[in-house]
Amino acid sequence: MHIEIDEISKQFGTTAALHPVSLAIPSGALVALLGPSGSGKTTLLRILGGLEFPTSGRVLFDGQDATGLSVQQRRAGFVFQSYALFRHMTVFDNIAYGLNARPSATRPQKAEIARRVTKLLDLIQLPDIGSRYPSQLSGGQRQRVALARALAIEPRMLLLDEPFGALDAKVRKELRQGLRDIHDTTGLTTVFVTHDQDEAMELADLVVVMSMGKIEQIGKPQDIRARPATPFVREFIGA
Amino acid sequence: MSDATFRPATDETPLARRALIALAVTGLSVLVLAPLVAVFVEALRDGIGAALQSLSHKDAWAAIKLTVTIAAISVPLNAAFGIAAAWFITKFDFRGKAFLITLIDLPFSVSPVVAGLCIVLTFGANSAIGAWLVDQGYPIVFAMPGIVLATMFVTFPFVARELIPVMIEQGRAEEEAALTLGAGGWRVFWTVTLPNIRWALLYGVLLCNARAMGEFGAVAVVSGKIRGQTATIPTTIEMLYQEYLSVAAFTLAAVLALLALVTLLLKTLLELRHADQLAATHRH
Repeated sequence: MHIEIDEISKQFGTTAALHPVSLAIPSGALVALLGPSGSGKTTLLRILGGLEFPTSGRVLFDGQDATGLSVQQRRAGFVFQSYALFRHMTVFDNIAYGLNARPSATRPQKAEIARRVTKLLDLIQLPDIGSRYPSQLSGGQRQRVALARALAIEPRMLLLDEPFGALDAKVRKELRQGLRDIHDTTGLTTVFVTHDQDEAMELADLVVVMSMGKIEQIGKPQDIRARPATPFVREFIGA
Repeated sequence: MSDATFRPATDETPLARRALIALAVTGLSVLVLAPLVAVFVEALRDGIGAALQSLSHKDAWAAIKLTVTIAAISVPLNAAFGIAAAWFITKFDFRGKAFLITLIDLPFSVSPVVAGLCIVLTFGANSAIGAWLVDQGYPIVFAMPGIVLATMFVTFPFVARELIPVMIEQGRAEEEAALTLGAGGWRVFWTVTLPNIRWALLYGVLLCNARAMGEFGAVAVVSGKIRGQTATIPTTIEMLYQEYLSVAAFTLAAVLALLALVTLLLKTLLELRHADQLAATHRH
């Protein structure tokens, strides 16, 4: 799905988290929102997911105004920074949650839900952990379960907030490839937030560098590296 | 260290450890255990027959029924209000939050007698609302509604106070995740929020219940202590004691203590039965 952010701004009280920013995300792209903490990248992601509403501006999905759509109507698969798995549910029930939450008219049969959950567990290459609780999983496993849970709702886009933030360096590298693979398999428009420029440069098709609630530069990784648009970008990516 | 053994930095010396344990055991025995035993000893002074006979008196029986009824009404209501207040305070940002928290704590800092007087002043026959309600045949003061109100006022903070820190610690992420997965507000509450807070809620409800059954001051003021009608277990105990009917007084006191012990037992049993679940739902 093609996403367009049109002059979005966000005020929290008297502080401006986002100055009007505009950004077009082509359908099927893998985009990184890169910036230091406080740059407004997570706020922008949450606005896309419908968890925050902009003070002004519009969000367009495939050309349709989606600014007023509720978080449920957005159908955005969202992966949270600390994964926010439901700790009192098994992995199976976590992944099935979105399907069970559908109104009865569109809710799949029990057997169909089980089939889909099994398929997703295969996709994240953890076929045998359905009956475990989140507290019994490693950090990397939790991240993949969170991804499977987000994919279960057949989302229109995938939004990830620091998806690798809570992991050690080795697992991080493995899961980067995992995310790339899942993106390529599903073809979903994917936006992830990171403060790690290596991660952004290595993984994304398009990198959006942000600072102080403004977009500093939008471009392909190699272009940003070759031609940083502002002194901030040059310093941040260490070029 | 002069001797060869090393001990972890957080461990006490054996002497200090024994002294601390002795202090705790002594304190607990003198302050909690001895009085509790004394209640039962006094109640059974003239034998179990005399104790049971004093309980079978219709006023004693009426007091027990009234106290259980009051708790059965006020505890569920306060649980609902407590959940609502804790939800509101922890899941939303708004102006005046600190003031609301102070307001919830108010019953802890106000003397129950003052709380009772406030209810008498607001709903008594001398106030406009009170007079009107009496005319309609629904008196508040010196009747059951007043006792319920007084009990609810005094026990209001227990559930909310127990829930707020737990809900702050858990944050909003799981609720947000459920929303992004398409769940509506009620579904999020029943499937995510409530299961996550159920243990804190249980402790809050048990504390609230114990206090609701034991409340004396506020209830004494609003109830008028009419025997067989508005006298609860605690106020009846006091009246019996004042009349030197110590077997009857202590027997009823023993009943009240037993009710509290039963709730404690229930809590322990639940914890044992769900120990694995408790461990699984705790963070890591």
